[in-house]
Amino acid sequence: MIVDKHGSPLSTLKSDSPDTKHGMILYVEDVSVSFDGFKALNDLNLYIGDGELRCLIGANGAGKTTLMDVITGKTRPDTGKVSFGQQIDLLQLDESEIARAGIGRKFQKPTVFEALSVFENLELSLAGDKGIWNALFHKLSGEQKDKIDEVLTTIGLTAEQHYPAGRLSHGQKQWLEIGMLLAAEPRMLLVDEPVAGMTAQETERTAELLTSLAGKHSVVVVEHDMAFVRSIARKVTVLHQGSVLAEGSMDEIQENKDVREVYLGEEQA
Amino acid sequence: MLRLFSLLFFCVISFNASAAVSETQDNSALVALVEQLPSTKLNKMAPLIKAIAATSTPQVQDILQPLMTGDLYYLKSNKQVVAAHKNEQNQYQLTDVLTAEVLPAVAKSAIKKVRTNNRLRGQIRDLLANLDLTHQDKTVRLEAVKQLLQNPNQTGITSVTNLIKGEQDEQVRELMLVILLIDQLDTGSTAEKLSAAQQLSGRLESKVKNELVKQLDLLPEQPENEELRAVLSQSIDDIEQQATVYGLVENLFFGLSLGSVLLLAAIGLAITFGVMGVINMAHGEMMMLGAYTTYVIQQMFPNLIEYSLLMAVPAAFLVSGFVGVLIERGVIRFLKGRPLETLLATFGISLILQQLVRSVFSPLNRQVQAPQWMTGSLEINPMLSLTYNRLYIILFALMVFFSLLMILKKSSLGLHVRAVSQNRDMARALSIKSSWVDAITFGLGSGIAGIAGVALSQLTNVGPNLGQAYIIDSFLVVVFGGVGNLWGTLVAAMTMGTFNKFLEPSMGPVLSNIIVLVGLVLFIQKRPKGLFPQKGRSAD
Amino acid sequence: MKHLLNSPMVKKMSSLHFVIAILFISTFYVTLCNLVFPEGSLLHVSDYTVSLLGKYLCYALLALAVDLVWGYCGILSLGHGAFFALGGYAMGMYLMRQIGDRGVYGNPELPDFMVFLNWTELPWYWAGSDNAFVMILLVFAGPGLLAYIFGSLAFRSRVSGVYLSIMTQAMTYALLLSFFRNEMGFGGNNGLTDFKEIFGFSLQSPNTKLALFIATAVALAIGYAISHFIVNSKMGRVVTAIRDAEDRVRFVGYKPQHYKVWIFVVSAMLAGVAGALYVPQVGIINPGEFSPLNSIEIVIWVAIGGRGTLYGALVGAVVVSYAKTRFTAIMPEAWLFGLGGLFVLVTLLLPKGLAGLVSNLMDKVDPPSKAKQSEDPALQATTAENK
Repeated sequence: MIVDKHGSPLSTLKSDSPDTKHGMILYVEDVSVSFDGFKALNDLNLYIGDGELRCLIGANGAGKTTLMDVITGKTRPDTGKVSFGQQIDLLQLDESEIARAGIGRKFQKPTVFEALSVFENLELSLAGDKGIWNALFHKLSGEQKDKIDEVLTTIGLTAEQHYPAGRLSHGQKQWLEIGMLLAAEPRMLLVDEPVAGMTAQETERTAELLTSLAGKHSVVVVEHDMAFVRSIARKVTVLHQGSVLAEGSMDEIQENKDVREVYLGEEQA
Repeated sequence: MLRLFSLLFFCVISFNASAAVSETQDNSALVALVEQLPSTKLNKMAPLIKAIAATSTPQVQDILQPLMTGDLYYLKSNKQVVAAHKNEQNQYQLTDVLTAEVLPAVAKSAIKKVRTNNRLRGQIRDLLANLDLTHQDKTVRLEAVKQLLQNPNQTGITSVTNLIKGEQDEQVRELMLVILLIDQLDTGSTAEKLSAAQQLSGRLESKVKNELVKQLDLLPEQPENEELRAVLSQSIDDIEQQATVYGLVENLFFGLSLGSVLLLAAIGLAITFGVMGVINMAHGEMMMLGAYTTYVIQQMFPNLIEYSLLMAVPAAFLVSGFVGVLIERGVIRFLKGRPLETLLATFGISLILQQLVRSVFSPLNRQVQAPQWMTGSLEINPMLSLTYNRLYIILFALMVFFSLLMILKKSSLGLHVRAVSQNRDMARALSIKSSWVDAITFGLGSGIAGIAGVALSQLTNVGPNLGQAYIIDSFLVVVFGGVGNLWGTLVAAMTMGTFNKFLEPSMGPVLSNIIVLVGLVLFIQKRPKGLFPQKGRSAD
Repeated sequence: MKHLLNSPMVKKMSSLHFVIAILFISTFYVTLCNLVFPEGSLLHVSDYTVSLLGKYLCYALLALAVDLVWGYCGILSLGHGAFFALGGYAMGMYLMRQIGDRGVYGNPELPDFMVFLNWTELPWYWAGSDNAFVMILLVFAGPGLLAYIFGSLAFRSRVSGVYLSIMTQAMTYALLLSFFRNEMGFGGNNGLTDFKEIFGFSLQSPNTKLALFIATAVALAIGYAISHFIVNSKMGRVVTAIRDAEDRVRFVGYKPQHYKVWIFVVSAMLAGVAGALYVPQVGIINPGEFSPLNSIEIVIWVAIGGRGTLYGALVGAVVVSYAKTRFTAIMPEAWLFGLGGLFVLVTLLLPKGLAGLVSNLMDKVDPPSKAKQSEDPALQATTAENK
């Protein structure tokens, strides 16, 4: 196991941090996944640049969540290649190894550790040694406590830090989950429908947060809320029936004939 | 036309007349012989019995049978020979052996037994058997030939030699040939032995193999015997090869019947666990209730044992199904979505049910009778016979399986069940009463367990622990087959049953059981979703 | 800094001291009453009672082991009786060898049952069984190894929930069948019994019994302290997180299977120690200890006491075992009704067990003030019910 004693802020796999010489942090090439004959992903290709903020849109069943599952190791593709940077083959790693390599994920349905307090949720998410012996004898360092406090401030849950996470409202859980991502300081964030169940102000705050993260981190956002996508997106990828239908800026996408026909056309109908 | 009729008529008359004449002739001879019975000494009995048998009259059976079993007496007063049986008043019920006339019952002191000894009894058995060789009913003839094959005697072999040409029935004739061949092997010349050994190759009767082996052992080690030796060994090998094949078939049969029991036990669970996601540790006790229902029905209608199982099937279904619905309404529905708690609560219920049965029926095993039609076996050939109870269980299990499959696939109940199991909220939105469907589904699963209990009552002891023995196995079957997949359950049950039975001869029942258990645990760890997993994103 | 003082860790510390203090006081009291007051005195505690209490403490340790995996990690093991029994057999083997030539057949080397089976030498796995250190090693290694093999197979392939429970039950069932076989070399049906002495002290002597009782109390205290340390470390929080959302833990970067195996092994060893202490006090170990029913009874102790609270497990084990002793003496028929009823009632009405009931009552008597509210939920968080 590769262990980083110093708790490097970006990744525990120091020697294996993703090689982004070519400016790309994620390579998804010719990936296909099928469930009982249904092709969830069909020869999909996707490249995410280092520090980029990318939005993924597509109708239900277009393969957005399956793509997330493949990247984070939850689902193994039938064929294709997925690598983090140039050299880290994600298909060789399991979910926890992928997380430690620096890919964080926020789920569609917020899942936090309900029996643990908000503070403890963040503590578990901190980057660092995730091994057993460390867990047994671990004491929080001042630096780590500062980090948690900082995240608590960012997500606005400082007052609720000793509440069990199960008692939070839906929106607060969304924030806590985002906070857990922040605490882990991943190189890349996959964010599945971050603003579902949030108020307009919260949505705005989320948009700000995500745009501020881009640059230092790569961010991939899956979202249905078109207004939200427009407010944050620089580049948008449209998925349709398991493949990439179109890619480009929001305006380009809206002008795209295929997209209008397939996606927006459907929505208007 | 009329001529023809009259001709026929005369023929019939004359035939009857001649038969009647010969009968009276024989009869007088028989009467004379029977009269000698009371006075003949034991050492002179043998020729007398032979002579009686030689008359070939219908009465011979009536005389010799009681003589063999020690029920032949004569009246002290007039030396009339009778068959006597003790009645309930401790008197003897008499039947004249010649006329079949029933005489008034008498005290023991009025009659005296016609004496025999073991040697005579053996002789009588042979004579009776040979008598049957000419019986008009071919099943009687077949029995007689089999009897002779097992206990060959010279008189029998002689009559077979005479009878074989005239024998109409293929099966009887073949067996007769085997008897003659064995005799030839025993007493014939080397050439005859050689041909006999060749012809006996591949016969499945155990006697044949024994004889061949015996001959091979007896054969002196001489060069001129080499050919015979080779032929004998070849024939024995052929027989053994066949024996192996039939042994495998028999094992397969045993395996399938065990698999059917597992299937019956697991199929109800496949519904409650597989379709509803509810783990019911009291499932075994539902089977136990079914078995006890069978017992109660037999106690209630002691005269209808033949029909008891037919009555027990619906009764057990209702009893276990009703208890199942009670459990669902009273406990399980409060534990929705908490499988581990459901497991514990239903385990508690299983303890209560066990103790209930113990208190009501006693902790001892109860005797459930098998109806006539479940006993005996279907003989395919001398090496392979399938017992009816196992055969019926296999059929029954498949019947239950397919009816259930139909119910789930075709009926509206099945549609509702599947709808609720796949998406409870959606089903509710479509105004399916999910709570009602749950209760019925659970009742159905439990009812089927009850039916399984009826079948089990024919195979194992009916006691309070009957269910416990099957619960782990049935869970493994369901998990092995893939949860929510009835076909998987079928395949898994049959695989497990067959595997177990094939291991058993070499390992013994306990070790094979352990090996199957361990094997399954390993398998499930390798493929947690069983043989036929449900794939897809929603399955996670 | 403030949150540290108010954190559950500080609060919890007192519960550890409290439990250990109670254990110490009651052990001291029992010892005193057994030794000082003469038989017939009102305050006298009989040797029989001492052994009985010792037995209860073994059960308490066993319940603690189950609580650790079930209450905190969500692994409902229906096979912990197997680890208990293995620890017991390890001790039983040692005690068997201590009989020496005092057995019925007087064979200095072989235990009676082997002589009876016409065996001429010890099977290889009995080698060194007369050595106390080997025995102690086996008490830990036997259950630990089984738990490791089973756990790493099961947890790596992500068998969980009800499936895992059934698997554990099948495991103990398979062991039950195996140990019934004479060929296994563990005394078959009758198991190991007729022990004479332990570490050179006669097992019949009241002082040995008292010493065993004290040893059990000490073992329980150590076991409790270890468990307490584990559940209050970051390990405990990871494990609780695994209980509630195993998938999510993976995406945070932990390998749940490693944690599960680790805690399963620790728990199995605790159970093994309980078994090892149990055997000399009851004088026998037989395959019946592997029966699935036994394992499930342990679970009900924990459920009744309140899983997810360590002291709840102890209370549950002692209360239910005491009830069983009383019940089976007065009306043996009713015990299974009672036990079965307990299963149903506790799962339906008392999902948090007695511990939950007590904490609810406490809340009613002393409703949490405004100031306390911020910390109170966190306290409850650790006892929150399993999803």
